Amino acid sequence: MIWRILIREMPYLLDGTLVALKLLGSFISLGFVIGIVLAVMEVYGNRFFLILALMIERFFRGVPAVVLLFLFFYGLSHIYKLSSFAAATLALGLRSAAYQSQIFRGAMQAIPSGQMMAAQAIGMSKFKAIRHIIIPQAMRLAIGPWSNEFASELKDTSLAYTIGVVELLRRGKYIVSYTHGNTLIVFGFISIIYLILTRVGNMMIYHFEDRLWVPGFERRGG
Amino acid sequence: MNLVLEVEDIHKSYGDLEVLRGISFGITQGETKVLIGPSGTGKSTLLRCINGLTPPDKGKVWLDGIEVTDPQTNINAIRSRIGFVFQDFNLFTHLPALDNVRIGLMRVRGMKKKEATELAMEELRRVGLADKANAYPAELSGGQQQRVSIARALAMDPKLILFDEPTSALDPELIGEVLEVMIDLAKGGMTMLVVSHEMGFARSVADEIIFIEGGKIIEEGPPRQLFASPKHKRTKEFLHKITELYGEYREGRS
Repeated sequence: MIWRILIREMPYLLDGTLVALKLLGSFISLGFVIGIVLAVMEVYGNRFFLILALMIERFFRGVPAVVLLFLFFYGLSHIYKLSSFAAATLALGLRSAAYQSQIFRGAMQAIPSGQMMAAQAIGMSKFKAIRHIIIPQAMRLAIGPWSNEFASELKDTSLAYTIGVVELLRRGKYIVSYTHGNTLIVFGFISIIYLILTRVGNMMIYHFEDRLWVPGFERRGG
Repeated sequence: MNLVLEVEDIHKSYGDLEVLRGISFGITQGETKVLIGPSGTGKSTLLRCINGLTPPDKGKVWLDGIEVTDPQTNINAIRSRIGFVFQDFNLFTHLPALDNVRIGLMRVRGMKKKEATELAMEELRRVGLADKANAYPAELSGGQQQRVSIARALAMDPKLILFDEPTSALDPELIGEVLEVMIDLAKGGMTMLVVSHEMGFARSVADEIIFIEGGKIIEEGPPRQLFASPKHKRTKEFLHKITELYGEYREGRS
C-alpha cells in the first residue's frame, strides 16, 4: 500500500527533485563564477584583493552550512526578506564559492609561470592572459576535484529543507507525515533518487572532461 | 644610424644579488647581436628588462624611440612589437599550433579570425610547419615547438625579436632546424638579440657579439674580431671554453 502511495506521489517527488536540481544549478553556478573571481584574486591579486578573498573564503568555509542557511534566511529577514529559495541559493552558493575557489586556486598555481610570461610577451594584459591562457588550462585541471564538489553540493541541496525549501527531502517528509510512518521505505526511495542523480551527474562531468581533453594534459585512467 | 633598440645603464638586483650592473648598448635596424657570458651572469634578466617582463631597477630602454621603461608607456602595446622566444618554448599547451600563432593577432590586435588565420598559416609555412597547424604542443618535437614559438613571435610583426637560449633545451639533433630558421630570419633583415652559445650561428650571421660577465659588458665586437683578437683575457678564456663545449664550426645548415 505504501508502494501505491509512492507511485501515486511520484510526480510530486519528481517535482521535488526538479526543485533540488534548480537549487543546485543556481547556487553551484553562483559558486562557480564567484569561485573563479576569488581564486584569481588570491593568485594574481594585490595584497588588498588577496586579503579580501581570504576573508570571504575563510568565513564561508568555516561556518556550518545550516548556520549559513539560518543566517541568510532568518538573520537577514530583518533587513531584507528573501524567499527561502533565494536565501538557500545565496548561502549555499557563497559557501560553494569558497570551496570552488580553492579548487581553482590549486589548478591555477599548477600552471607553469612560463605560460603567463609567454602571454604577456605577445602583448596580452594580465587580465587577458588569465582569461585566454590561464583559465582554459586551469579548468581542465580542475574538473577532477570539481566533480567531487558537484557530488557534495548535490547532496547538500537537502539542507535547504531546514529553511523550508520544498525540495525532495521535504516532500518525502510530507509523505511520511500523512501516511503515518513508512520512514524506511520513503527515505530509502529518496536515497536512491540522490544516488542516481549523483552518478548521472558525475558521468556527465566525465564525458565533458573527455571532450575538453587535449594532448599533453593528464587524463583519467589515461 | 636607425636604432631599433637602445639600452642605457640597466641595473637589476634580486635582494642583495646585483645581477645587472650598468648595461648599455644599441641595435640598429636589421642587425643581429649575440649575447654570451657565463651562466648566472644576467643574460636572461637583461632580455626580460628589455620587454619589461622584469622591470629594471634603474636605467632606460627605448624601442624605436619610445621609452619602454617610462611608466606612462603602454607596455602591452610595446611588448606586442617585441618578439620573445623562450628557452623552453612556453607554447600555450591547450592550443594547437595554429591557435598559438594567431591568438595574439586575435586577442591583442583584435584581428578577424579569417585574416589572423591566413597570417598565422603564412608564418607556420615560413618555419616549415604548415602541416602541423592542428597539432598540439605535446604532439610536437622540441625543435618543432621552438619553430612554432618563433612563428608566434613573427606573427605579431615585431620590430625586434629577443631569443633566450632558444636551442639550450633541445636534443642535439634538433638544434639545426631551429638555427636554420633563425639564420634565415637574420639574413632576411630581422632585428635580433640572441642569447646563445652556438658560435656557428654567431659566426655566420651575428653582426656583433656582446660578452657579459658579472652583470657588465666586458667586450663587444664583430665575431671575427672577437675570435681573432679579443682585448680581454676573460673574453678569450670564455670563447675558448664554449668553442670547446659547442664546437667551433657548427655552421647553421643554411
